[in-house]
Parts: sequence; structure tokens; C-alpha cells
Amino acid sequence: MKILVCISHVPDTTSKINFVENNTKFDTAGVQFIIGPYDDYALARAIELKETLSATVTVLNVGLAETEPTIRKALAIGADDAIRVNAVPTDSFFVATQIAEHAKGYDLILMGRESIDYNSGVVHSMVGELLGLPSVSPVMKLDLEGTTVKMQREIEGGKESLEATLPLIAGCQEPIAEWKIPNMRGIMSARTKPLTVVDPKAVDAPVNFQKYELPPPKGAVKMISEDNVAELVTLLKNEAKVL
Amino acid sequence: MAILVFVESADGKIKKTSLEAVAYAHAMGDKVTAIALGTIDKAELTAVGKYGASKVLTVSDERLNQGVIRAYAAVLAQAIQAESADTLVLANSSLGTPVAASVAVKIGASLASNVVGLPDTSSGFVVKQSIYTGKAFAMVEMKNQKKVIGIKKNAVELKEVGGDATVSDFTANLTDADFGTKITATEKATGDILLPEAEIVVSGGRGMKGPEHWGILEDLAKTLGAATGCSKPVSDIGWRPHHEHVGQTGVKVAPQLYIAVGISGAIQHLAGVNSSKYIVVINKDPEAPFFKAADYGIVGDAFTVVPKLTDAIKASK
Repeated sequence: MKILVCISHVPDTTSKINFVENNTKFDTAGVQFIIGPYDDYALARAIELKETLSATVTVLNVGLAETEPTIRKALAIGADDAIRVNAVPTDSFFVATQIAEHAKGYDLILMGRESIDYNSGVVHSMVGELLGLPSVSPVMKLDLEGTTVKMQREIEGGKESLEATLPLIAGCQEPIAEWKIPNMRGIMSARTKPLTVVDPKAVDAPVNFQKYELPPPKGAVKMISEDNVAELVTLLKNEAKVL
Repeated sequence: MAILVFVESADGKIKKTSLEAVAYAHAMGDKVTAIALGTIDKAELTAVGKYGASKVLTVSDERLNQGVIRAYAAVLAQAIQAESADTLVLANSSLGTPVAASVAVKIGASLASNVVGLPDTSSGFVVKQSIYTGKAFAMVEMKNQKKVIGIKKNAVELKEVGGDATVSDFTANLTDADFGTKITATEKATGDILLPEAEIVVSGGRGMKGPEHWGILEDLAKTLGAATGCSKPVSDIGWRPHHEHVGQTGVKVAPQLYIAVGISGAIQHLAGVNSSKYIVVINKDPEAPFFKAADYGIVGDAFTVVPKLTDAIKASK
């Protein structure tokens, strides 16, 4: 059993978002980078499966050398080895193409439902299409019974139970597993686990991110006394016009 | 140039978010054909015309009564070809988003998700996409001739522009491989207002002190015709089901009005609500960071303020 977990290297969820160079580049000053939170769920589930089945877990990231601390963290959490595709992850199709290049031979390909920087939520489905394999997202529960994969997928206002046969791609989210925190032994062993750096496959970019902008600043909050709740109703009716 | 719009249905009704996708396509100024999969009432299909589709294709294959991602993508790719369309528009959703990705690969299209504005075609074809969980926007140039555009909820105003659409059957060739995933069960809160699509959301946090106190929030929600949500800690400790968790790693909502009760406003929670049009915060702590992101705020005890608010809304009706 071979599991591939694809991880993104993204700004911590508490980061202040800013852009530089005439709003064409993300401002990394003072930003802490982490394993994408959804990818972290995928990784945690992969490690759980590794502990119960005789599985190996490989992590894959598309990124420049700066992402290696993030990859090492995934190794410290329990992945066995890693692949870094040495390229800037310019868009979803580019990333999906790189994953598809390396995903052959894996039984289960897990990743987050979306990366928390671009939020497109499409890479897993693109990889599925590129490889001609079923792809399911967002998966909140995943169990294996032989080569049958039993899953629960979140849908608007509920959940859907699904079954498919390996090999399969899944975009994961909570509560598929609890995030794992690396222990000291994991951190020590991660330093020597194999991390292979490969060149990307060339792709004709279908999209180009030209420029970025921030939403207009929020106006000041209007405070209403707790003894005058009716005033809030009046404001919602006449000022906000939402009631 | 023709545009195909994939419309989703729930409980036999075309979803509002899908009608927004039709309105978006209509605003692009080209001929709009909608396509609905599975068994849907004909009156529902003709009514799609009101929002700008001149024709609705229906594919009444029973296997499509459930949203199988790759099968849906296969049908849409075939319909795009049959209609000589070069653009597919759909609403981003748990089904629409992965289907869009699959179709884009099949037809070699440029894809943009969570689009919030009409394309700017003054130089190329550029759309505005919501990124960083609503904290920023990107201007994305879609370079390929074929395009797949996923629309974020509330990105376009829904207004009636036309009459009935003509409905015609569309037959797609599907193989067993398209049905590689089998849906074995669906659990869905029926009759309730679905959180991701609600116009008003009432959410509670740890300040509610326990699941037994949710009744006052449910009363408020019922009075407003709202859906109920909660913060991550609340779903983590099991006070409320996970599908009500609003935030960075939960449901992202975009209602007209978001009412947060007893939620301090951690940045991860704000990431799930920052597309709301108006935010009301009720918290007994005047220093709660959520007030900075709110339009209206009340400092006070939830257990007295919320019932008063429910009564005031009832009185104003």
C-alpha cells in the first residue's frame, strides 16, 4: 500500500495579507508558512492508515527550496520520504500536472480540499481527470476495507456516503483525523529521511494571476445599547435593508 | 460565442446559486443555454428562462439523480461540444467546484473558481477571484479560448430578464468508468435552511455556555428565516454538528446578514464570514475582537439580549 500526500506551503491562518511590487506579489515579510491546514488533515489520516496497514507515506510539494522546512515538518509527523517539484506553484493546472506526473503507482492520493491561499479547491479533481481515476472531495471520513474505500463527503447541509475502489484521489477536510504534532524523535529522524528534488514538467499556463487587491476597509462598528435592542432592528431594516 | 450554464437542483428545485450563475452568463451578453442533470420538474426548468437562458437541456438519466462528479463532468463536456459553447459557467459548491475542474481538464479550458465579478475584456479576458479565504482578490487572466468559470455565491444580483426557456432533451454517452464512485447514502437536513446558502445566519460560540442553550438562537433564527451556525470550538466539543462550523476550515458563508452571539472573533472564524454583507456581534466582552469586524454591535449577556432581539423582530413585523 503506497500513499501519496500532496501538501501546500501556505501563510499561517493568522497572517496579515498584503501585496507588494505594485500589487503583483504577495508580501512574505513577517509571514510564517505552514502545511496547508486541509493538507495537514490529509497527512494525519495517511499516518493513521500507515499505523494500521502496512503502508508507506510519501509527501509531495510543488515549490522552491524555501518550502523544505514545511516538507521536513511533514516528514517529522511521520511521512517516510518526500518529493519536491522544484517550481513556483503558479496555478491549479500546473500543480495538478506535476502531481499527476508523480502519482502513478500510488494506491491512495490524498490532499486538502483546497489550499488556503488561492482556495480554488480543484487540484484533486484535475489530478483525477488527468489520471482517469475517481476523485472525491471534500472528504470528512475515509476508511479502507481491502481495496474498497468508504468515504463521507460533505455536501451543502449534510453528508453523502460513497464507495470507490483504489486507486483513488481524495481532497480531505476535518474531521477525517486529528492534526498530528511532531514529537522529538520524529523531528530528529525527519532530518535524514529522503527528500528528492525533481524538475517540473513544462505546462502552457492556462491562467495568469495579473494583480491582487485587498477588500475596502470596513467602516466603524455602530454600537447599540443592550437596553435598546429595538434600535438594532430599525437599523437592520432601514439602514442595512437586510430585514 | 455561446455559454453553457450547469444548474444544480436540490429537492427538485433549481438552486438560487445556480440561477445566479445563469444571471452571470446572461450579463456576459451571449446566448445562454442551461443544462440540468437528473430528474427535475419541467416547470422548474422553463423558469430558468427568467434569468436569461433561452434554452434548457435536460438529461434524465436516472444514474444522474445523484451527483457523481466525473459522470457530471462527462455530460457537461459533451454538451459544451454539442452546443458549440466555449464557456461553461456554474456556481461553486461541493459538487460544482470539482465538476468544474474535471470539465476544464477534459476540454482544455482555463478555469477560475470563486469569481466575484463580470469579466473585463478590455485587454484579454480577466475575472476577479476571491482568494485568501475572502481576505483578498486576484485579477486572473483566462488565456485559453475555452473557459470554465465558477461563481461565488452572491457575486451577481438576481433579476428577472426574460420569459420561459425552451426545454429539450440531451443524451450523453456515459461509461461505467464515469460512475467509478458509488453514492450509498445521503443524509441531509430537509426542510431546514441550508447554512451555505442562507441569506441570514445566526451563529453561536463558546459564550453560549452549552448545547442546552441553543434554543434561544434557534428561536431567533426561526423568526428571521435564518440558518444556524457555530464557531470551531463549539463543533469540536460536540455541542453542534460539524456541518454547522463556520470558519477557515469549516463552511464559508456569504449571507446578507450574519449575527454572531458569544463568539470572540478569532481570525480563523472571521475568514469564514468576511463575505457577509452585514455583521452583527453580540458579546458580553466589549474587547471581543469580533466588534472590529462588525457593522453593528451590542455589548451584553446573550441570554437576555437574544430573546429581546427575537421579540423586537417579531414586534416589527
